[in-house]
Amino acid sequence: MQKWIKTQLNTWLLLELVKGLALTGKYLFKPKITIEYPEERTPLSPRFRGLHALRRYDDGEERCIACKLCEVVCPALAIQIDSEERDDGSRRTTRYDIDLTLCIFCGLCEEACPVDAIVETQIFEYATENRADLYYTKDKLLAIGDKYDKQISANIAHKSQYN
Amino acid sequence: MTFNWTIILDLLITLGTWIGCILAIAVGVALTVAYTTYMERRIIGWIQVRQGCNRVGPFGLLQPIADAIKLLFTETIIPTKSSKFLFVAAPVMAMVPAFIAFAAIPFGETTLFGYWDEPHVMAIANINVGVLYIMAISSLSVYGILLAGWASNSKYAFMGAIRSTCQMVSYEISMGFAIVTVLMLAGSMNLTDIVHAQQGGFWNWYLIPLFPMFLVFFISGAAECGRCPFDLPEGESEIVAGFFVEYSGFWFATFSLAEYAAMILISLMTCILFLGGWYAPFPFLDALPVPGTVWLLLKAAFLIFVFIWFRATFPRYRYDQLMRLGWKVFLPWTLAWLAIIGLLIYTPGLEWVLENPIADWIAWR
Repeated sequence: MQKWIKTQLNTWLLLELVKGLALTGKYLFKPKITIEYPEERTPLSPRFRGLHALRRYDDGEERCIACKLCEVVCPALAIQIDSEERDDGSRRTTRYDIDLTLCIFCGLCEEACPVDAIVETQIFEYATENRADLYYTKDKLLAIGDKYDKQISANIAHKSQYN
Repeated sequence: MTFNWTIILDLLITLGTWIGCILAIAVGVALTVAYTTYMERRIIGWIQVRQGCNRVGPFGLLQPIADAIKLLFTETIIPTKSSKFLFVAAPVMAMVPAFIAFAAIPFGETTLFGYWDEPHVMAIANINVGVLYIMAISSLSVYGILLAGWASNSKYAFMGAIRSTCQMVSYEISMGFAIVTVLMLAGSMNLTDIVHAQQGGFWNWYLIPLFPMFLVFFISGAAECGRCPFDLPEGESEIVAGFFVEYSGFWFATFSLAEYAAMILISLMTCILFLGGWYAPFPFLDALPVPGTVWLLLKAAFLIFVFIWFRATFPRYRYDQLMRLGWKVFLPWTLAWLAIIGLLIYTPGLEWVLENPIADWIAWR
């Protein structure tokens, strides 16, 4: 009998529906999880694989020795390197191009590099209005490396613990 | 014979007043619809633990205007094989009844800041058969939907129209019976009289003696204007978008306008029939310098919120469940209540049940 009354109350007072409404009503006042992107950002991992950069030594000498390991390892064939002997007898690149329309951001170039010259930074807002702007030349890559030197060094220092 | 210019002047003033009233309600309803869509998106967003639209203007308040402009400039595609005249006429036929039904809604009473000696009812037409008028007019919007489905010459639109028509016709019956119980208690079909009968605090509202009928009316109302969880006519997973699959741009907007206007109408009707219309929930609040219209609109806004809350909470009904609820639950239930209320009214010694038992209890204490 008691069970019957309970069932009847459940049915006629729409208790199940009220329960559902109470649940959604509770969620109405919960803090929202939305990150409002241009104003707020999620934290990025130091190991984030974004836009590429070429680095220099502290004395301003570019690190890349044109060993072409990155070019070889690149699964998307996005990297093109030409090299020549410089006046001081060292081997340096004359051309270091990365085609970002091909790049798959696997980070293998960074891993292959013996001198930590090519790295991937945390930059991900490099959208352009035409495809040609996504063709990064050596000058552009070095400029990025110069500009974000501090951040890149810090990230590499962090990443070294995984080696 | 000199022509009496005052007659013309009188006529013009009357005409101007009417046009003013009509514009006030039509524009008011259109704006309310726009911001109902905005609140719907925000509230559903909040319930789903996200923000909703907050990009256009402060707090996204310009979003409905942006939407309207976007819809106006979207190309209107009229299917080649559709019946073109009916295709264009259908949205208008759906929208017009939704708007003209507001003509009989009394929005409150005003003395125009003491200009009139006795309060006038703020309605375009304070007619004696207001309830009947609203029921009749709001049923007319079925034609728009039916024609839209038929004229589109698309099987999805057609099935959506059939579903919608069937649903509206079914739920109108239980809705009608729920209203009849109110009419029996109020003894009038005039919406103003019905509100007057509920004067003096929430314990005099018909919500209390007729609580089951309130539920039936409100839920049938949700079904009537195709709101969740009864939005089968537009079940995306089954029939794409129902009767307005083929519509785009402005005509599509017209349909949503009609749908939301119907929702606002149902909310206002529920307030007037069950929630004491423009009277405050407590008599001492009536003494405040707040116009009664504010109370009516607040109650209606809350009911619209409840509609949105429903949409965020309940999954859609299956069609057979919908029909079962309408015919096998609501109809017998309302009929039974009709009989019970009749018995209570006409049996000597039982009237006290309807005469505000709670008010009596409060007085007794």
